[in-house]
Amino acid sequence: MIRSLRWKGAAFTVPFQLGFVFLYLLPIGYAVYQSLYHSQSSGLGLGGTTDEFSGLDNYRQGLTDPKFMGSVLRVVVFACVQIPVMLLVSLVLALFLDALTAQAASRFRIMLLVPYMIPGVVAAVVWINLYSPDVGPLTPLGDLLGFDWNFFSPSMVWPSIGNLLTWHGIGYNMVIIYSALQGVPRELFEAARLDGATEWRVALSIKIPFVRGALVLTGMLSIIQMLQIFNEPALFRNITPQTVDDSFTPIMIIYNQAFNAGNYHYAAALSVLLALILGVASFLFYRLTSKETD
Amino acid sequence: MATTTTTSATAESPKRSQSSAARRLNRPDSRGRSRGGQRFVLVGLVLASAYSLFPVYWLIIAATKDRTGLYQSNGLWFSGWHLWENLHQVFTYEDGIFLRWTANSFLYAGVGSLGGTLIALATGYGLARFDFPGRGVVFAAVVGSFLIPIALLTLPLYLLFSEIGLVDTPWAMLIPCLINPFSVYLAKVYTEATIPFELLEAARIDGAGELRIFFSIVLRMMTTGGATVFLLAFVNTWNAFFLPLTVLRGQENWTLNLGLYNWSGKRAESGIDLTSLVLTGALLSIVPMAIMMVAMRRYWRTGVTMGALK
Repeated sequence: MIRSLRWKGAAFTVPFQLGFVFLYLLPIGYAVYQSLYHSQSSGLGLGGTTDEFSGLDNYRQGLTDPKFMGSVLRVVVFACVQIPVMLLVSLVLALFLDALTAQAASRFRIMLLVPYMIPGVVAAVVWINLYSPDVGPLTPLGDLLGFDWNFFSPSMVWPSIGNLLTWHGIGYNMVIIYSALQGVPRELFEAARLDGATEWRVALSIKIPFVRGALVLTGMLSIIQMLQIFNEPALFRNITPQTVDDSFTPIMIIYNQAFNAGNYHYAAALSVLLALILGVASFLFYRLTSKETD
Repeated sequence: MATTTTTSATAESPKRSQSSAARRLNRPDSRGRSRGGQRFVLVGLVLASAYSLFPVYWLIIAATKDRTGLYQSNGLWFSGWHLWENLHQVFTYEDGIFLRWTANSFLYAGVGSLGGTLIALATGYGLARFDFPGRGVVFAAVVGSFLIPIALLTLPLYLLFSEIGLVDTPWAMLIPCLINPFSVYLAKVYTEATIPFELLEAARIDGAGELRIFFSIVLRMMTTGGATVFLLAFVNTWNAFFLPLTVLRGQENWTLNLGLYNWSGKRAESGIDLTSLVLTGALLSIVPMAIMMVAMRRYWRTGVTMGALK
């Protein structure tokens, strides 16, 4: 390519590059820098505060902070339950859609995608009201069936949030898996059927291996989202602050350290730690799932 | 498992013509299964659809009820028609602050996404159709940034914005919308699919400048791709919560989401009952999304799946 043309092409990307530096690189650098300091109040706390270099102290504190590590563990355990359930349902629904005629499939697909159109905050508002013993229909339904359930109790709050996330995520994941399924050459299924394979067998031995890539991808996106979960617990905290405390998830801790406790340096260190955890988790997940295909 | 796969693979080539002929002749039957199996699939899908639609159905019903109806009537059916009163209440509560939030959401999502889409299309085009030094680095940054947690960006951004006096102004929402790595990624994919090198060569031979080529040829050919990028960015901004919560303080600059979050919290804390306000507001905030999604169904479905197949 001609030299001048190269630079003209590069020029198209300049606005983005400048913005990226200002909105991504600079903040990350700033966060890392801030995380290496801590505020020292001078004298009796009357003379204001000064920032002092403290090296990796904030990180050491974060890694040994039972609240932070507890919240990470809580979210990880939750992810290990909710994500497989959600992906399994999405996979089954994608396989179901694949068994229908194109017209019927598109009708069901639209209905299943309705929750995805709803903003996360609104979805949480709606489900919180459905769960509410005052206005929601679920508590009377429980009474009718002989269950005395309280969706906001400590043992129920994760299942309640899990149901909300599953409801919100099934459609999106289903569409991705379904479109991967549509990419498989149909002849493969026909051939297997002519060989006498049952539908069940075709799904299990041909269709599912073929959509593995889509499953890995949706799994990875879900993990990234889950480690950063904030909106749903924040709204639940409005209703039940005793159960969902301000250190329920990692981002809630970070937010509170920064804005309520005013401990910005520590919040910066925790957000860097969370980024590292996210990177490691995605890497491990990718390695584990792609190894099996070898 | 392995045996089935291999037999089907070997069986595939000799039987290919036959099987595709069978498929052409009676497709529904060849796709289908036993009647029982088909029924099982339908029942499963009907149940899943009911699960998906039920909360929305309940929300619509709830928005038509007054307070007594909300608390005392059956949640599954109408009880009186008070939708207009509820709407009136939503739009007049605190001097119509809800309208302000709606306008803000439209401003941030509309203007922010428009600017972001234009920047993304230019960047995607530059990355896909020019070979300049550092191109790989830019693209790596785009993909790598998918993994950066929002907290890591938003908190320092808040500090930087407060240094330059942007916190609690619309700029604090608009500026971050301009730079969207996912949009850039999509724009690059779309460029690769729709803009042939030969066309650019021809335009250059005809003496068109690069800017002219971009604005009068590339952008025009990218209408569909651009619409998808815009739509997804719009939805993202409309749904955003952590960024507005962090950078917006006074409620006159809030988004719909922040307002609903606040009302939802107030209901529990103070004496006023805002439940029907929250529910009617929630229903209203879905309407623009629903209209956009339906109007642009063709575009956004390809966008969703393309984004997935990276």
